[in-house]
Amino acid sequence: MGQALHYYDALKQFIEARRQQSGLAEKILIQVGSATCEKAAGSDLVMKEFQKLIRASGRDDILIKQTGCTGRCAREPIVGVFFPGQIPIKYERVTIDRVQTIFQEHILQGITVPEFVLDKKTDKRYDYVITVCSSEKCRHTKADPEKMIMDALVKEGVPDGTVRIFGGGCFGLCANDQAGKQQVMMVFPERVIYTFETDEQLEEIIHSHFSQKQIHSKYLTQADFITEQFFSMYGDVSFFNKQTRLTLRNSGLIDPESLVDYVMNKGYEGLAKVLEKDDPSWVIDEILKSGLRGRGGGGFPTGEKWKNAITYTNDPTKYVVCNADEGDPGAFMDRSALEGDPFIILEGMTIGAFAIGARRGFIYVRAEYPLAIERLEKAIAKARENNLLGENIMNSGFDFDIEIRLGAGAFVCGEETALMLSIEGKRGQPRLRPPYPTQSGLWGHPTVINNVETWANVPTIILYGAEWFSRIGTAKSKGTKVFALAGKVRNTGLVEVPMGTTLKEIIFDIGGGIPENRKLKAVQTGGPSGGCIPIDKLDTPVDYDELAKLGSIMGSGGMIVLDESDCMVQTAKFFLEFTQSESCGKCVPCREGTLRMLEILERIVSGNGQMDDITKLERLSRMIQKASLCGLGMTAPNPVMSALENFREEFIIHITEKRCPSHRCAQLIRYEIIEEKCTGCTLCARRCPATCITGRPRQVHFIDQKACIKCGECFNVCKFDAVFKI
Amino acid sequence: MSDHTKLDSEIIKFIDECREKEHADSYLIAVLHKIQGKYGYLSDVHMHEVAQRLQVPSSTVSGVATFYHFFRLQPKGKYHISLCLGTACFVKGADKILEAFRSELGIELGETTSDKLFSLECSRCLGVCALAPVVTINDQVYSKVSPTQAAELINKARFEEAA
Amino acid sequence: MKHANIYIDNEKLSVPESMTIMEAAETIGIRIPRLCYHPQLSIEGACRVCIVQVEGSNKYMTSCSAKVWEGMRVKTNSPEIRQARRDIVELIIDNHPMECQTCERDGNCELQNLAYSQGVRDRLFEGKRKLHPLESSSASVIRNAEKCVLCRRCVRVCAEIQGIHNLSQLHRGFNTVVSPAFEAGMADSVCINCGQCINVCPTAAFLEKPHTERIWRALENPDLFVIAHIAPAIRAAIGEGFNLPPGTPCTGQTVTALRRLGFDAVFDTNFGADLTIVEEANELVHRLEKNENLPLLTSCSPGWIKFMEHFYPELIPHASTCKSPMQMLSTLLKTYYAEKKGIDPQNIYVVGVMPCVAKKFEIERPEQQSPEGYPYTDAVVTTRELIWMIKAYGIDFTRLPESDFDHPLGYSTGAADLFGTTGGVMEAALRTAAEKLTGKPLTELNFEDVRQVEGLKEATIQVGKLSLNVAVANGLTNAKIILEKVKAGEKQYHLIELMACPGGCIGGGGQPYPPDGYYVLDPEINKLRAKALYNIDQAKSIRKSHENPYILKLYEEFLKEPGSHKAHELLHTTYTPREPKGIK
Repeated sequence: MGQALHYYDALKQFIEARRQQSGLAEKILIQVGSATCEKAAGSDLVMKEFQKLIRASGRDDILIKQTGCTGRCAREPIVGVFFPGQIPIKYERVTIDRVQTIFQEHILQGITVPEFVLDKKTDKRYDYVITVCSSEKCRHTKADPEKMIMDALVKEGVPDGTVRIFGGGCFGLCANDQAGKQQVMMVFPERVIYTFETDEQLEEIIHSHFSQKQIHSKYLTQADFITEQFFSMYGDVSFFNKQTRLTLRNSGLIDPESLVDYVMNKGYEGLAKVLEKDDPSWVIDEILKSGLRGRGGGGFPTGEKWKNAITYTNDPTKYVVCNADEGDPGAFMDRSALEGDPFIILEGMTIGAFAIGARRGFIYVRAEYPLAIERLEKAIAKARENNLLGENIMNSGFDFDIEIRLGAGAFVCGEETALMLSIEGKRGQPRLRPPYPTQSGLWGHPTVINNVETWANVPTIILYGAEWFSRIGTAKSKGTKVFALAGKVRNTGLVEVPMGTTLKEIIFDIGGGIPENRKLKAVQTGGPSGGCIPIDKLDTPVDYDELAKLGSIMGSGGMIVLDESDCMVQTAKFFLEFTQSESCGKCVPCREGTLRMLEILERIVSGNGQMDDITKLERLSRMIQKASLCGLGMTAPNPVMSALENFREEFIIHITEKRCPSHRCAQLIRYEIIEEKCTGCTLCARRCPATCITGRPRQVHFIDQKACIKCGECFNVCKFDAVFKI
Repeated sequence: MSDHTKLDSEIIKFIDECREKEHADSYLIAVLHKIQGKYGYLSDVHMHEVAQRLQVPSSTVSGVATFYHFFRLQPKGKYHISLCLGTACFVKGADKILEAFRSELGIELGETTSDKLFSLECSRCLGVCALAPVVTINDQVYSKVSPTQAAELINKARFEEAA
Repeated sequence: MKHANIYIDNEKLSVPESMTIMEAAETIGIRIPRLCYHPQLSIEGACRVCIVQVEGSNKYMTSCSAKVWEGMRVKTNSPEIRQARRDIVELIIDNHPMECQTCERDGNCELQNLAYSQGVRDRLFEGKRKLHPLESSSASVIRNAEKCVLCRRCVRVCAEIQGIHNLSQLHRGFNTVVSPAFEAGMADSVCINCGQCINVCPTAAFLEKPHTERIWRALENPDLFVIAHIAPAIRAAIGEGFNLPPGTPCTGQTVTALRRLGFDAVFDTNFGADLTIVEEANELVHRLEKNENLPLLTSCSPGWIKFMEHFYPELIPHASTCKSPMQMLSTLLKTYYAEKKGIDPQNIYVVGVMPCVAKKFEIERPEQQSPEGYPYTDAVVTTRELIWMIKAYGIDFTRLPESDFDHPLGYSTGAADLFGTTGGVMEAALRTAAEKLTGKPLTELNFEDVRQVEGLKEATIQVGKLSLNVAVANGLTNAKIILEKVKAGEKQYHLIELMACPGGCIGGGGQPYPPDGYYVLDPEINKLRAKALYNIDQAKSIRKSHENPYILKLYEEFLKEPGSHKAHELLHTTYTPREPKGIK
């Protein structure tokens, strides 16, 4: 046995022994979400309140710990309650008042508080929960799996109300040739996974498990189930069970500051394997074979990037960099990942460093993410203490260390050459490529830059193999992708889905559709570098190439849902305003061109547009796309171009009719009073800040359009719907 | 009250440590973060001292400090209001919140009120989009803020100051 | 060298693989339009004017940076690329003041030429324009940020060639502005006034502070006796302003032109140069004898002097205390000459015609004023300004007859002419010092070892029994290298000539913008200008400063001997450390 595995086993044994000693398995565990978003929602207070109550109760069998964010930001703070051997219960929007109730009723008396349960799915406590794979891509093609199981349970005579069944996302268990033939399900609280092909087999399992109370070992799947932990905690929540959590699998489950938790969840096993094998080219091969592509935007094959760093140079000094300068407005998955599971990034980078022969790594993280920085600092310190960073890692002879470098509020620093200059302490202005960072990067040395999500995939690929990883996803886009779902959607938050999941599934099955019964209009992906995908293309599977075909990009994973009340000209203008204000100012097309485009859009939304403005927008866009120096500039016109392509009519209405169909452009809105409906109550006239509404009591009122400031107050206050917005 | 003309000894120590390291000049941004953390903003005097101590041209220090929007070149107000104008916040009406702060305080973005009590700034996305619109005042995050609530926050601060 | 077969606009050519598309195109006579590119500076790739289409790439490539590869097919002039290029130039114009007719650079502005050649005849995207106040705190250099196109040539020349790092881009995006640190005025910065930013600027974002208006007024004033004296580098470059090939010597025409402009007397700064050599050689001999403050650092370049005060104040004791030739001559004009002519020095108005903008600062230095408080030099015009004055007067320069300088301060030796080029002060000083040290006449006057210095050169010159370790540096990045060596003390240097500008004064910040076929800082131009000066030297019968009969007379009548009390009072000066301190 080699040094690294030996070291790892010793570490694991040590941790396990400590866990046994603490008697953790017999204790009640309260887990409080603790990420920036959770804290913003008040999780610190919740934590304190629980601690107070535990102290007051005098019980020593109740533990409390923090965990990262699960991505259900709108329902935060989220609190999990674990009774040994029972199905965990998650509570949403836990305020101090709720803490009292949860503690009194659930913790002390063992009675779930149904009205606080996350998504209110579990109004009753079931004895069993079955999560069954219902992934459209690979589930059993013959039947509706949920119904199939329900039928079998009824047939077996299992009492109604004892088992709850959920359709879940891809488990990542089936080989490609098995897809469509077999069915996978997981049964809680035993946490066992069964694989079956026929109704008869299913019946056999049900009989054994539910009637004889015996796990049926014949159909038991022994495969190492990576998302088991996550499903066991969240598999009963529809928001989660359609997801496939690879990179976020520990977020919301483990204490992000605990190396013990990480290691107990297979942390550092991948690195041990790599160091044991001691073959950098094997690592690069695995990453190549896995088909992993950069999650930061462009989708460049990660393995190829690593290979380039060792192919064209024999420079002994090399660097690896983690790009955590997540700057797309609307994207927050990197923050969540760093806050929820910092060790996985460190492990990924260490593996990458070993593969290319780097001895130093940098994590470039936004200064706006103080908690992520703090957690990373703690994780780095703990990794160093435990010989997982620094000299002679895991006694393997490999030296590598990581330093954190802070960004300072410049979106463009997400561009790799700008990022490197920023690490060097300079203005973050992109430089010409070639040379590419893998040829000449930090201080002129070969440098591999990958983003947070990309690095987070690495340990998993090493652990479970390239072949396993490449089963998930589509032909050219492998694995999963995390999206930050926001905008006009019920369940906002982070979702991780296999590549190839359709936009429709994400928005409706996971996102829960559009609130307030409004109509979906478009989905914006890729942030300021992406575009709007119209409603008729919602069946598009999410993958690099499909999105590119629609004039958008995967980007880092922002996904903004727009409904009928959103104006596409305004939306395009919003994104352009962003890129324009974030332009570094180096090259002419981006610095000057984006401002001119913005001026044109401002003309259009204020009713001063001309028809040739559209031609000018397109002419500038094409030039900027092809002539800019860096990726930010090249993609800056995308939101405008895609809006023009898919919603051209809306632009034309703004220009020719001086009207905004979504009533979003303030200067194009007009308020008028409908004579038939006006009762002359005078309320609008009294509330109008511009005193531009006239009319005697009980007579029809009028709005002086010239004086109107379009604040909308009359529209809001009228009790008779007599004010009409045009 | 710290001496505002010379850098604090802790920061000088940090700079000296950086000078010992490889690529000392690459720690410029880290040094500026430290100074802003201590004094709330970067004064010309301090930046000049950084240039000398770190042996980086003043023009580079100045170029870097003005490039990154996280760095403030003017002192903050006692209540530093930072308004997120990210996509989600925009969609949820951050522009109206901005308007509310503007009219309540009578200052524009990037400015500080004459009584040095309030400063107003917009930030890039804070990454808590689901709670949009988001406002942070000093280190406290306020989520799902409405224009009325924005005005209330100001009045509350004014009230506390008067008390 | 591996070659690549490529096609440019369907023409097949084979060029070394290390070439860029722009260089390859030039070999077949295609000059791709460009703006931020400068062959002496690092590649910026920011203006995007030099974009071309390359088959297989859906983005345009900047020809200044993209290297050729085997089988590459390039289009430099498709309708698409021409429209894109035109639009890019328009975008620059749209953010530029439209005041070409009233601009100093009307007629020789690179942006104006581009707008014309790229066919920007209408403004499709006109909108908001950046607004910045004119910054004129400096005695030498004016900064007009509104005219800046952000090509960063000035930033690069200031950092890469001069090692000053005074300029940086501040802020970002549309608000980007080039400025000294903290948006300080140039006067409050480490700017050394070399004026290379003016030289490389494609527009009028940097200009010298004009002295023409005050000269016109002086010439009008009947009470004033107005004198001009011209630096050696002027005669080798002024012709370029009148379409004469670079390196055409125009001493006589310049003297005539100055008389036509109304100057009462025209002298030669060369006389000051001869005097400088005599004083400086004396200083060197003394230091060698006492073995103190060696190496001696020359002091005729006011840009270098200010550089030393900001960046190397610890080396001040090493600098020669000799005033520059201009200041020596101006001082004599208001003392020796005034006395001789019986004119009240207060009524003498001295104009230096210089290739240098730092001279404008030099004349304002407090230590360079007379004890009575008046300046020895009242105004300095650059070569460029004089060219304009001659044109403004309607003088047809090329058809002017030649005439001689006035006497007695108009005679100079060949050694003085060399001051205009890098290595020249060294050579002139060696001619005099060698004879002083050995007491024997030199047989070989040309010191080839210190000629045509491209940046930095060291040599050991055998003078009798002495081995003199000398060095010549031009461009302050080179100066830094040699000064660091001096400080490290690895070797004992005896004499170092330092010139702020690349190539010496002939490459000064006040020299004409380059004629067609040359670029700014083009070493080829400097070679031609230097050659003119070497030829003048070669043709003179007296080529050693200490043999100048008028210098000998001056000592006899007025100064007594080199290094005398009077010489020190009038011809020597002092230096002081300056804030802000420069970063080495």
